[in-house]
Amino acid sequence: MTDVLHRGSPATTGDPARVRLAADSVRLAYDERVVVDDLDLELTEGSFTAIVGPNGCGKSTLLRALGRLMRPTSGRVLLDGREIARTPTREVAKVLGLLPQAPVAPEGLTVADLVARGRHPHQNWLRQWSRDDEAVVAEALEWTDMAGLGDRPVDALSGGQRQRAWISMALAQGTDLLLLDEPTTYLDLSHQIDVLELVGRLHAERGRTVVVVLHDLNLAARYAQRLVAMKDGALVASGTPAEVLTEQLLADVFDLDARILPDPVTGTPMVVPVRRLR
Amino acid sequence: MSAGPVGTAPVSAPALERPVTGPRGRTAVRVGPVSVVLRWRHLLVPLVALVVLVLVSAVSIGRGDYPIGIPDVLRTVVGLGDGPQEFIVLRLRAPRVVVGLLVGLALGVAGAVFQTFARNPLAAPDTLGITMGASVGAVAAIVLSGGTSAGALLGGLGIPLAALLGALVTGLLLFLLAWRAGVDGYRLVLVGIALWSMGAALVDWMLTNAEIYDAASAYVWITGSLNARTWDQAVPLAVALAVLLPLALATGRALSVMQFGDDTARGLGLRLAGAQAAVVLLAVGLTAAAVAAAGPITFVALVVPQIAVRLAGGSRPPLLASGLLGAVLVVTADLVTRTVLPTALPVGILTAVIGAPYLLWLLVRGRRQLT
Repeated sequence: MTDVLHRGSPATTGDPARVRLAADSVRLAYDERVVVDDLDLELTEGSFTAIVGPNGCGKSTLLRALGRLMRPTSGRVLLDGREIARTPTREVAKVLGLLPQAPVAPEGLTVADLVARGRHPHQNWLRQWSRDDEAVVAEALEWTDMAGLGDRPVDALSGGQRQRAWISMALAQGTDLLLLDEPTTYLDLSHQIDVLELVGRLHAERGRTVVVVLHDLNLAARYAQRLVAMKDGALVASGTPAEVLTEQLLADVFDLDARILPDPVTGTPMVVPVRRLR
Repeated sequence: MSAGPVGTAPVSAPALERPVTGPRGRTAVRVGPVSVVLRWRHLLVPLVALVVLVLVSAVSIGRGDYPIGIPDVLRTVVGLGDGPQEFIVLRLRAPRVVVGLLVGLALGVAGAVFQTFARNPLAAPDTLGITMGASVGAVAAIVLSGGTSAGALLGGLGIPLAALLGALVTGLLLFLLAWRAGVDGYRLVLVGIALWSMGAALVDWMLTNAEIYDAASAYVWITGSLNARTWDQAVPLAVALAVLLPLALATGRALSVMQFGDDTARGLGLRLAGAQAAVVLLAVGLTAAAVAAAGPITFVALVVPQIAVRLAGGSRPPLLASGLLGAVLVVTADLVTRTVLPTALPVGILTAVIGAPYLLWLLVRGRRQLT
């Protein structure tokens, strides 16, 4: 039985400097409207990156391009050095999983069925439900604490449980890389923490390379190792949370007058807003 | 870090076992490299539908001015009947039932495909204008055949071919107009409704200008009827379905991922554009073949998939069960129009009369909400 869930083995996390996913002078546009222009970004093996920025700065668009949901009008997205647009979607789906913003499950679908659908890239006409599939799905449910809810329809779950179910599906997909687009949307604070703890564990315990678009700067600083700040379709700053979250940057990027204090719990930077500039 | 997965299935191997991760009522079957999950309700519903279908068909063939019992009908169908019975059963009565059965099968599957693809229970060949397109073709062939050269050409094609052409052209228009780097389900429904309205206006216009006799026969065609069907209609339809149905049933795996929406489907490795094109064109083809043979028997494609999903469970209308239940509905409706009712109505009227209350009953009774 291959051990699809466990990516933390030294063989796969050997070189933390290895670039897994990269944007190479990428320009992204919807019809004529350019949203992201000439952007470069490298995401290395085992990293946990949060993309932050004001509404409309192009961060979700960038994530879509990184996940092969959108094709750059110029420039390239490279997955393990290979141009992602030229890689068959099924091969991409075995390496890179993504969770869209506010995904909707079909009515009546059970949690176990949802998570089982994560095995789709590994299945084919003959091999629809192997022992591997079953073991991986069972473990993904267990690991996300959803095993007891396997029989429940996804639409009957609370928001937090629903997001757990989707993360469980992404886990069952067994990909090295995981892209999440605002996974905490519509959740109350305690469920936001719950979801981000889970994503953090995916990174720490499973060795997943994680990229997440987040709105909440304090949570981004707390959970991600690296922040990438965007404004008007360009990358403005990149580095550790302490390097990126400065009072100057908040003024430049978010038009926000704010103080930065150390988070009393984790020591990461914490933003205390004063007022909106301009 | 690489400890074995916890909570796995028993490793020692009976070939049949209940997956630990799923709801009850399903069994994983594994033979060598082949593995599938069987859901008992997804097998039971088609099986029961098949039995009912055989019985209703036999009753339907048996009823008429010269009644024949069910056992005699079945015996004749498998080739053990005597001369006169064989003539009545195989020559006179069977074609009508076979056409009805195949039409129901095609419409049921097409409806299930459209509804899953569009993620909308209102999506069906009826509402998307495809059957209306067939009506435009057929009515044009009936009404205009005496007049203009284009009309004469259509009339020369014959009504079934004109209807087939109308349905295919409308289906192609639907596909092309809804296509924007992939087909969005919502857009598909809106484009379909627009096409439907245009088709309806054209049909009305032609009927208004038609001779009264032509209008009457066009009207019967528009309602959908199995009257006077022979093997001439049944055989081409059977050939078309022999090609289209297996392909349509094979889209099930793609549909089960498509129903999550475009982004998730792509994220799970589906080649979305190709799969969407295949799915829409197959459903259009099934509809066109059915409508060419019997006219636009309404409501089957719309209502049967919703009935099937409520009977079989799951998150999308099951394709095979939808097809078989569609066949049961059409054959039953035809039987009722011929025997119970004082005047013989076109079958299309009764499919709505039977199907709609049954769906309403399931809706009132069920806990499921409509999205």
